[in-house]
Amino acid sequence: MHAEPHHHSDEYLPLLDGLHEQYSVHLDKFDGPLDLLLHLIKKNELDICDISIAIITRQYLDFIKAMKDLNLEVAGDFLVMAATLLQIKSRQLLPVVEPEDQEVDETDPREELIRRLQEYQQYKDAGMLFGARAQLGREVFVRTASEPVLVAAQNVEGPLEASLFELVDAFRVLLLKIPVETFHDVAPGDSLSIADCINDILSQLQEYNTVQFIDLVKDELTRERVIVTFLALLELCRLKLIRIFQGSEHGSIWFVPAVAADPSEVINTDEF
Amino acid sequence: MNSELSAIIESLIFTADSALSTDRLCDLLTEFERGEVKSALSGLVEYYQGRGGGFELIEVAGGWQFRTRPAFHSYITRHIKTRAAKFSQSALETLAIVAYRQPITRAEVEHLRGVDCGGVLKTLLEKHLVRILGKKDIPGRPLIYGTSKEFLEVFGLKDLKSLPTLREIQALGEQPKFERQEELQLEPDKAIPVESYLPFE
Repeated sequence: MHAEPHHHSDEYLPLLDGLHEQYSVHLDKFDGPLDLLLHLIKKNELDICDISIAIITRQYLDFIKAMKDLNLEVAGDFLVMAATLLQIKSRQLLPVVEPEDQEVDETDPREELIRRLQEYQQYKDAGMLFGARAQLGREVFVRTASEPVLVAAQNVEGPLEASLFELVDAFRVLLLKIPVETFHDVAPGDSLSIADCINDILSQLQEYNTVQFIDLVKDELTRERVIVTFLALLELCRLKLIRIFQGSEHGSIWFVPAVAADPSEVINTDEF
Repeated sequence: MNSELSAIIESLIFTADSALSTDRLCDLLTEFERGEVKSALSGLVEYYQGRGGGFELIEVAGGWQFRTRPAFHSYITRHIKTRAAKFSQSALETLAIVAYRQPITRAEVEHLRGVDCGGVLKTLLEKHLVRILGKKDIPGRPLIYGTSKEFLEVFGLKDLKSLPTLREIQALGEQPKFERQEELQLEPDKAIPVESYLPFE
């Protein structure tokens, strides 16, 4: 059994004082239970590979108690770690089967925790390294080029192929722009069909060669129109009749015919 | 070194909206060998480094770009408004985990950090530093995350391979100076500005 060193029992008092003085700053500092544990380990000048669970657990619990005293909500993650620490501590308190094998045994209950702490430490350090790098737009700048809309479509570097997620994202952004509709009208008006929409898109593509999503729906910015247009585009992609591009990453999404437009081509829309 | 070719490449990179890849340069300059283009590029890099000017030629996210030297940022920001915010510790940690462990699910990130990461991941997604790579083929089909091209651009990395290895990072951490000073905040006056002690440049 461990006798707890005395000098440590005094140590957490200044910790709590500091906490009371500027708890908001202080709590921000700890990015979760692992971060807090690392802090306690360093504060007590312990070796991460040979931490005293008794000291750490007590200080950890004191910290949580302080958070509660300050009426701060203690995140569940912190409580899970508290339970883990107590479990490790209680396992250490259990009598060891062979008395001569006191110091080291293969199943050190701290092992898993130490491994997690070391791993976390690595990523924490890696994060600090990232943070110390000169960041574009803060420390480092590039020549700012304006974003000419049409150049984006015939970009010198060739358009980037858009991913499905970007397409869905464009769709979501567009839906957000649409005012909430009030439904007074129960009778079905001129309902849109995907087939009509496909033909619209194809004829626009013949005319302009490249079309932007927003251009397809800007005349009639309704939820129905946007959804039908989106489905029509997905269908056109599936039929490999169009290709979807982004001029720049997260820029506007453009549609171009997958093959050179053939005016004689008639799309059989019956199947939709 | 072909000085005309260097000048041509310089003009192309200067006028390009975004970083120009070596492949793209070779496509554009069919009259030159790939080897010539490459050596002209490294010649240019050396030239800009040696010149000690306000900007340099950097290979970033697989392309070539002129970028200002970090040392002058305080002057540049007098003129250019910057919207970029400093990343929080949790954002950087999460980003590091995604960068080194991608493809990775949210649950895996959370296990490594020991805290909920939903909000941080969402912010990183919105800033386009992290992207969704797809769904993992396990029960629940969780989304899997990876870093984006913007991540490389923002942090000025050539590619993911140019990240320091975790082993190298660990070696840095073992020098106690970096680690010891970073803790604290108990006494406000002892807080140390982050930039002053980090092992960079």
